[in-house]
Amino acid sequence: MNAQQDTKISARNVNVYYGEKHAIKDVSVEIADKTVTAFIGPSGCGKSTFLRCINRMNDTIDIARVTGDILIDGEDITDPRVDPVQLRAKVGMVFQKPNPFPKSIYDNVAYGPKIHGLARNKSDLDEIVERALRRGAIWDEVKDRLQEPGTGLSGGQQQRLCIARAVATEPEVLLMDEPCSALDPIATAQVEELIDELRQSYSVVIVTHSMQQAARVSQKTAFFHLGNMVEYGETDRIFTNPEDPRTESYISGRIG
Amino acid sequence: MSLTLPLLVIIVLAIVGSFLARRRALSVSGGDIRHLASLPKQHGLNAILSTVVPPLLAIIAWLMAARIMEYRGAAPLWVPLAIMALAVAGVVLSVVKVSNTFRARTASETWIKGLLIGASTIAILTTVGIVFSMLFETISFFRQYPWTEFFFSTNWSPNFRGNSDLGIIPLLWGTLYISFIALAFAVPTGLFAAIYLSEYAGPRIRGIVKPAIEILAGIPTIVYGLFALTTVGPFLRDYFAQPMGFGDSASSVMTAGLVMGIMLIPFVSSLSDDIINAVPQSMRDGSLGLGATKSETIRQVVVPAALPGIVGAVLLAASRAIGETMIVVLGAGAAARISLNPFEAMTTVTVKIVSQLTGDTDFASPETLVAFALGLTLFVITLGLNVLALYIVRRYREQYE
Repeated sequence: MNAQQDTKISARNVNVYYGEKHAIKDVSVEIADKTVTAFIGPSGCGKSTFLRCINRMNDTIDIARVTGDILIDGEDITDPRVDPVQLRAKVGMVFQKPNPFPKSIYDNVAYGPKIHGLARNKSDLDEIVERALRRGAIWDEVKDRLQEPGTGLSGGQQQRLCIARAVATEPEVLLMDEPCSALDPIATAQVEELIDELRQSYSVVIVTHSMQQAARVSQKTAFFHLGNMVEYGETDRIFTNPEDPRTESYISGRIG
Repeated sequence: MSLTLPLLVIIVLAIVGSFLARRRALSVSGGDIRHLASLPKQHGLNAILSTVVPPLLAIIAWLMAARIMEYRGAAPLWVPLAIMALAVAGVVLSVVKVSNTFRARTASETWIKGLLIGASTIAILTTVGIVFSMLFETISFFRQYPWTEFFFSTNWSPNFRGNSDLGIIPLLWGTLYISFIALAFAVPTGLFAAIYLSEYAGPRIRGIVKPAIEILAGIPTIVYGLFALTTVGPFLRDYFAQPMGFGDSASSVMTAGLVMGIMLIPFVSSLSDDIINAVPQSMRDGSLGLGATKSETIRQVVVPAALPGIVGAVLLAASRAIGETMIVVLGAGAAARISLNPFEAMTTVTVKIVSQLTGDTDFASPETLVAFALGLTLFVITLGLNVLALYIVRRYREQYE
């Protein structure tokens, strides 16, 4: 159903090295716009590493080296002339552990818009914050205590706050690195529901350990194993009729 | 009889007791130590502690009692005898108690807990002792000298023939002025050094620079004072004070303040560096992932997150600055004066405490006793600063963790 959609991100022959370790081996993948794409695979298979290439977060690790091309809307973001700071405003990221800043809920969400100058005045900013919190499906829970610290929220609320914080900068792509691994089942369900809604506006790439989660939220799935991307396709097909024997073993629980 | 013999007896009995307790533990177990509730070495430790601790406490108690009752000369015979009897009782009881069911580990841990409590009590009692020793002298000072004069007079001119003006304000002014300059220099420098070390420097540079900065903390303050006297003072006078018409004194608030600031850099930088390093990497990732630059991340996320600790470090440095003496004597001189000109010689509370207590003194005249009033005031100020530091740190912790 998504085959005819535009390609948002196109990775070609991406290799990542951590010092001597060859963490990602020649991965090429086309990620569609307005789609949830899941990266699954056993621990240490490189799925998070690959995710961090898409917003060049690997730049912050001294020993990491990335080769190959990653195109977003046709522009090669691995080009050293591309400013990673501008790129990350366009490609938001949500991390494994909720990491709200030690600031108020309001300031957490206003942080991105402020540094990127998205608001002309206070009421503009108020509007952006409210819209982001609504999209993060947390507005009703926090609207009466915007000035309280974000770190005082529960784990699930914190993670939705972090999602709201990421969407406040109006990104085009949202990267999520195991966003539910620190959450309980109820909070997980809330975040998954939210991911499904975010698909209306963004290209969402989610790394997950849970195959059930990949099956629930994604339309496309890529299976990583030992740094290789083994198989990529429609989620339904990957889970019902995998082509590669390694995918099959992982899905049926024999490896991983 | 002196107390040397009982001390020797205690040590010997402790060694013998530990040996006996182990042997007895082994023998009652019938060779298989799994029958014992506690290991032989724990019986040994219990024997040592039961032999040593009660007699030592008794010695301390006797020393204090003798002081209170103003007993002079050697202790009467029954004192060392009682102490040795306690030690013997300790040995006998701990060895006799050894059995398969006796929990020597619990017993010795109780002894150790007692020792730990004792150690922390000593620290607290010493503080109380310091306060009281100054309090009594201060009270006798205020009997001879009106407290309104002391706290509100702007004149400091002690005169050992009597009729002195002993106003604390010029001294307090000098103290605060010099501390302010020192902090104004040390806090930004130290903080920026800490930010460089923790956020920008590679591990190799960090490995060199951090210890190099910490060397500053190891320099005795008198050496800093010499540096102020021979280098910084004349330099400031020749290149700043004289050309700009601020006066021609080499001893100045600026000299002492700058050198003191150098001394404080490692306090601020080392503590702040540790605190900044303790800010979780996920905070930085979160900010960078939103498209913030490294410096925006540091200014708006890392430093605010580390702020309570940094404030603590700064207040600690402030306490040091207020209490510093040597650098002031050599750098700022000893003239009590209230002036805004930073190139003029001034002095601080600590310097005057020293000068009031050196030379021929009897502890009866207000000129001498004023030192205790000054000391107590200083103590109250630094105590207040420390309480404030604790309060700030705690308040932010509650909010953000």
